[in-house]
Amino acid sequence: MSSGPLLTVRDLGVSFTAEEGVVRAVDGVTFDLLPGEVLAVVGESGCGKSVMAMTLMGLTRFPNARFEGTAHYKGLELIDAGEEELRRIRGAEIAMIFQDPMSSLNPVMRVGEQIIEQIQAHEGVPATEARERVAQLLDRVGIPRARDRVDAYPFELSGGMRQRVMIALALSCGPSVLIADEPTTALDVTIQAQILHQIQSLRDETGAAVILVTHDLGVVAEIADRIAVMYAGRIVEQGTVNAIFYDPQHPYTWGLLGSITRVDRARPERLPAIAGLPPSLADRPEGCHFRPRCPHEFDRCRDVPPLVARIDGDDDHLDRCWLPVEEKRERREVRPGEIGLGRKPGAAAA
Amino acid sequence: MARFVVRRLLSMLVVLFAVSVLTFLIFNVIPGGDPALRMAGRQPDPAQLERIREDWGFDEPVYVQYLKTMGQLFSGELVSYSTQQNVVAEIGKRLGRTFSLAIGAAIMWMAFATALGLYTAIRAGRLSDRLLTILALVGISMPVFWVGALMNYYLGFKAGIFPNGDYVPLGEDPLEWLYHLILPWTALSLLFIGVYSRVLRSNVLDTLSEDYVRTARAKGLSERRVLVRHVLRNSMIPIVTLWGLDFGAVLGGGAILTEAVFDLQGVGQYVAESVDQLDVPPVLAVTMFGAFFIVLLNTVVDIVYAVLDPRIRLT
Ligand SMILES: Nc1ncnc2c1ncn2[C@@H]1O[C@H](COP(=O)(O)OP(=O)(O)OP(=O)(O)O)[C@@H](O)[C@H]1O
Ligand SMILES: [Mg+2]
Repeated sequence: MSSGPLLTVRDLGVSFTAEEGVVRAVDGVTFDLLPGEVLAVVGESGCGKSVMAMTLMGLTRFPNARFEGTAHYKGLELIDAGEEELRRIRGAEIAMIFQDPMSSLNPVMRVGEQIIEQIQAHEGVPATEARERVAQLLDRVGIPRARDRVDAYPFELSGGMRQRVMIALALSCGPSVLIADEPTTALDVTIQAQILHQIQSLRDETGAAVILVTHDLGVVAEIADRIAVMYAGRIVEQGTVNAIFYDPQHPYTWGLLGSITRVDRARPERLPAIAGLPPSLADRPEGCHFRPRCPHEFDRCRDVPPLVARIDGDDDHLDRCWLPVEEKRERREVRPGEIGLGRKPGAAAA
Repeated sequence: MARFVVRRLLSMLVVLFAVSVLTFLIFNVIPGGDPALRMAGRQPDPAQLERIREDWGFDEPVYVQYLKTMGQLFSGELVSYSTQQNVVAEIGKRLGRTFSLAIGAAIMWMAFATALGLYTAIRAGRLSDRLLTILALVGISMPVFWVGALMNYYLGFKAGIFPNGDYVPLGEDPLEWLYHLILPWTALSLLFIGVYSRVLRSNVLDTLSEDYVRTARAKGLSERRVLVRHVLRNSMIPIVTLWGLDFGAVLGGGAILTEAVFDLQGVGQYVAESVDQLDVPPVLAVTMFGAFFIVLLNTVVDIVYAVLDPRIRLT
């Protein structure tokens, strides 16, 4: 394994021409994915996480879509790769687990067949061998009586089992990158933990890098190495889990952290997480998109803050906020040990 | 499965019984329905009429007449009131013609509708889609007797490219059989191609936005495989129902207009002529024959449906 990044995304932009105007779902997204790491992408609903993830696999090439920027994977430029080049990457090199396990499997095809189909699309494996591999995969992702379940139809399985099938499908060709788009949101809490644990242990076994898309910061604390926080199509902060949790730089991140329940701390009285709504992606405010919801707004926020390292000695921690680092550290503390949207200097700690 | 078959057989009996009673009653109550009057000729004398009534049993209560007629039908002895020919034998003679028309046309319209529906869905909104949409609507709006007559006249009679009517049995000469049936098949298929391709187009468009189609693409399958195995397979399920019912109707002699325009002398044309004569036995027999095929195909459709969609259980 080389030490360089597996996936290099630079200034990725995706816009859709829609009735309400041009929807800029992804804007200037830049990140590296290192071999074997888990990168969590977090943000509120509708901020462009899924579009960003699917674009990496060329799954958003709708007639109304426009793309900018680049995404390099092992010497291949994904954004303007030909369909045939992409086809060879999909499933084999980069695999994806989708948001909704209930609708992501073909309802009239046996689950085993759906996995075999992928294996045979990439490798010249005879049917019996592929079938055996599927049985082992289903067993490995924790499906009881896996051998019998090869011939099950999706409707015969629960949501959690279907998501395990999706994971088995994603792993079947030994991909180097696994993109999991909110793999647990549709499932109940106990299943959620099992599925996340599954993804984590598979990363450990296979060494695949994982992009874990979620809108829940709580679930990433345990399994992610790095976090990218997205807001209205842009990454507003990016860094290691520790950096984001213990030294968050962007007021939006403070808000996100304030709205989760920390297991390791006493539950804070619920703060009004983040007042207001995210902007429409067809009509975003100029400059910093978070400006209208941010209590710390000042003149400079009318200019777009670049995603750069602002803390001395930590080149991996990037953010898009004009406030000086010292100022941020002072303002974000609501009460010792708690993080909310932060307070303005002089305002009483709420 | 056994329960399913038994249930279907029972319901088939009920349908056939209801259809036969209704047909029989209708012809007994409509004005001019008295067969004795027509059999007796222009100036019937009362004694002759009386004799006919007695011979044919028209003087007996309706339910007795019904039971007798049904008995004769099932023992193959039923004869026409107007021609005195055996009804079952007459249907038998015409069976090959009707089946040839029905089977060929059903294959033709399904094949063309599938290709057209898929193509227009993939090209949705583009010029080719719009042109084909107009063409499909034209196909839907053209009455079969009109298209059939035009084809027959211009392509058959005038240009001489196709034979003008007539029929050659498959066993006699397969090529001639095909050649003689191309125009009738086409005329009968146009409407169905128009309707089916429209339905399929909208099904395909719905299916294309399904999550599992995105999964299929994410697996690295070729676009062709995605379209055939995942999109078309799921979009076809509702079409199969339509197809089975229409095919059943045409098999049972429902393509009356097409048979008449091309003078195919099939079962449909036979019943049309018999209705004209208010000749109950053939009408009754063909109606039961048609109902049988509709119920049969209905059952076949349910079985095929359950095969295509495993979520459906046969009950
Ligand atoms: N084909 C498309 N045409 C127009 N707009 C689109 C299209 N696909 C996505 N969008 C828009 O892009 C925006 C981002 O959607 P996306 O699904 O990426 O959000 P998300 O962050 O994944 O949200 P969630 O947490 O709810 O999954 C949405 O406003 C959506 O309406
Ligand atoms: Mg999403």
